[in-house]
Amino acid sequence: MLPPELEDIVEDFRLSPKQMRLQMLLDYSRSLPALPARYINAHETLERVEECQTPFFVAAELDGDRVHLFFDAPPEAPTTRGYAGILAAGLDGATIEQVLETPPDFAMSMGLGELVSPLRLRGMSAILARIKRQVVALSQS
Amino acid sequence: MPAPFDNDPKLAAYAHPERLVTPQWLADHADDPGLVIAESDEDVLLYDTGHIPGAVKIDWHADLNDAVTRDYVDADGFARLMSAKGISRDTTIVFYGDNFNWWAAYALWVCSLFGHADVRLLDGGRQRWIAEGRPIVTEVPAPAPADYPVVPRDDATIRAFKDDVLAHIGHGPLVDVRSPGEYSGELTHMADYPQEGALRAGHIPTAQNVPWRRAANEDGTFRAVGDLRAIYLDELGIAPGDDVVAYCRIGERSSHTWFVLTHLLGLPNVRNYDGSWVEWGNAVRVPIERPGAGR
Repeated sequence: MLPPELEDIVEDFRLSPKQMRLQMLLDYSRSLPALPARYINAHETLERVEECQTPFFVAAELDGDRVHLFFDAPPEAPTTRGYAGILAAGLDGATIEQVLETPPDFAMSMGLGELVSPLRLRGMSAILARIKRQVVALSQS
Repeated sequence: MPAPFDNDPKLAAYAHPERLVTPQWLADHADDPGLVIAESDEDVLLYDTGHIPGAVKIDWHADLNDAVTRDYVDADGFARLMSAKGISRDTTIVFYGDNFNWWAAYALWVCSLFGHADVRLLDGGRQRWIAEGRPIVTEVPAPAPADYPVVPRDDATIRAFKDDVLAHIGHGPLVDVRSPGEYSGELTHMADYPQEGALRAGHIPTAQNVPWRRAANEDGTFRAVGDLRAIYLDELGIAPGDDVVAYCRIGERSSHTWFVLTHLLGLPNVRNYDGSWVEWGNAVRVPIERPGAGR
């Protein structure tokens, strides 16, 4: 079960032709919101996702029951930046429960495996795993 | 007709200077008829964010690999790809890409399996082109399909398979171009690439470790020929006529070293083991060396 925003994104990818999917991923990499100043000034509070091939950092925050996500991914690595853009658009504002219930392999059904080597698609699952871990820790603190 | 060669003095010292071009040369010759610039990157989207004007994209995964079998495209597939990119059999292809030209060297090597004669690398790759402030554009060229013959792939001359490597142990230099941690067996994967791992760690017996990076300068260019000779000929003791096999994890970093040994140092018998550690470290009963293991 995916949060509705993420479900829509997955469906869009799944139903689009191959070349279009690449363009969509690029659009998500461009639309990733900039890191707020409070994180730029305290970069060490972001968690590095070691599984990504390039420097990639993520932080989750809770606002009541809602999850907010912040990413730092370099423009020179548009693919991982695109993953961040998808997660930002699909999961930011979702409830804690929705985030924790997002299947780790949700990206496998997006048809990205043909574009990105399937081995390297697992970076997305690694990012999601970090997000969930942070959300669990925050909700228990 | 092949494009003219780059007479840059740094390049002239290499065994085959005709295999490299400088950014200035490429800027001057980009519009030459019979020349195609091709970008091959690690990051599948990088080309789409901007590339050298007129460059086509050749993706290592989607274009050069078979979609089902772990192998390269076959002769028909290769001819179709070349044709679609506007490349004829006598076209000069200049490859460049991100990450120190790993995938550009890999694409060049795959083209060499099919005997495409005039393949070159942009010394310094995408990094140097951008560092020099040269233009990049997002406009994707739409080349007219070219005639490309269906030529069989030669898997014997510059490509090694697992059984070839087994037979090679003890008969010639084996160069492991991975990082020291991967070579020693502390890591089953390259730092930052944990998802491309193997069940077993270590290296192929008799392999010597020369990380690919030693052949490159900070700016992405290849090191001067004297430095390369010192590393591979003096330090490693490779003799010009030796049969040499290079490997890494999936064959891209070793394509970089293959290029250095074959084209910059002029060694005639160098093969790339593209199965590399992802095959060897998962294969049953192949010998592995792991210093310190089992003690």
